[in-house]
Amino acid sequence: MIQYIQEILPALLSGTKMTLSIFFWTLICSIPLGALVGLGLIQKFKPLTWLLNFYVWIMRGTPLLLQLIFVFYGLPIIHIVFQRYDAAMFAFILNYTAYFGEIFRGGFQSVPKGQFESAKVLRLSYGQTIRKIVIPQVFKIVLPSIGNEVINLVKDSSLVYVIGLGDLLRAGNVATARDVTLLPLILVGIIYLALTAVCTIVLKLIEKRENVWR
Amino acid sequence: MLEIKNLTKRFGTRTIIDDLSMTVKDNEIMAIVGPSGAGKTTLLRCITGLESVNTGEFYWKGTKFDPTNTTQKDTIIGVVFQDYQLFPNLTVLGNITLAPTMVKKEPMTDVKKYARELLSRLGLEGKENLYPYQLSGGQKQRVAIVRALAMRPKILCYDEPTSALDPALRDEVAQIILDLKQQEMTQIVVTHDMDFAKNVADEIQQVKQIQ
Repeated sequence: MIQYIQEILPALLSGTKMTLSIFFWTLICSIPLGALVGLGLIQKFKPLTWLLNFYVWIMRGTPLLLQLIFVFYGLPIIHIVFQRYDAAMFAFILNYTAYFGEIFRGGFQSVPKGQFESAKVLRLSYGQTIRKIVIPQVFKIVLPSIGNEVINLVKDSSLVYVIGLGDLLRAGNVATARDVTLLPLILVGIIYLALTAVCTIVLKLIEKRENVWR
Repeated sequence: MLEIKNLTKRFGTRTIIDDLSMTVKDNEIMAIVGPSGAGKTTLLRCITGLESVNTGEFYWKGTKFDPTNTTQKDTIIGVVFQDYQLFPNLTVLGNITLAPTMVKKEPMTDVKKYARELLSRLGLEGKENLYPYQLSGGQKQRVAIVRALAMRPKILCYDEPTSALDPALRDEVAQIILDLKQQEMTQIVVTHDMDFAKNVADEIQQVKQIQ
């Protein structure tokens, strides 16, 4: 059995690399974009909030799987062609930005109005207020919800399987189908568990660091 | 000297302040008193630029100014809010040094020196690196006073400075306000507490409910 594991492990690890690549790039792009969307959602300029609400509604209201298929198999019909990996990134970033945007909107709204006023009478500009006072407070408020999405993203990344990207789940599935054994799928499960465990620990550490102030 | 001329403030069709004129002399303490709902806080919010006025003019030493103009870096008015509104994510020192360094671009070392001086004057030595949640209500208020003073305002305004404090601390705030007067700070205190107003104020401005 050990020998068999050693045989399929390189394939699984290469799949893990793809999973991690989608995971990290989605987070790196979606969190800052989500913060911007969240900031946009609390503005008083109505056309902007309508547009953003519409975007959030579409992204949260349809399956991510549909969005992936739409981008990779659908868009080429109207001559917009993405490479597999680019299609996955595009769909994931758009989708996760919408979720993060809603989380950040809630975070921005829970910063008391008095904090903005306090900053205003100290003559801080809007940008300085957002950077130095609002974002640090919002970050702390949204951390648990962001954590949830981060864990979800680890698992959601397996959806890229449908557009033929060689991620962790695909590697396991291929091995199981070929060798007629459950072992690869069990290993895949263990690797996902390990990935989410690492995420959980990192999130706990960040939360602990944020607890120096209340 | 701060002069306010013919100030009117409406919310929709409701008139809160009707054609009010008042003068705050240099180095004096002006108390604004009146029943709740009479518009004391609204008046303070107009003076501090948090509300725009429907009509009215503000003069500082005879020169007209607009309190809502936030681009003016030379602050005339400093504010201590009723609930202090310290920034919870910054230490005491961070709260105080943020605006002078970012808005006025003063060097951090100078600002820190001045902040420490103010902190010790208000009995807050050794609290520099604490976060607001680690302070008592009275200490928070004093930090809020120091934060406002660090911008070197010409006038310091307080919104209900005694309402969140227990009676023993009330006298302490009165003492702080009187001490600042000794250092030639002009102050405006909004309060519903007539005894407190009589204790500290040189002049009392009544605000009446408009029928």
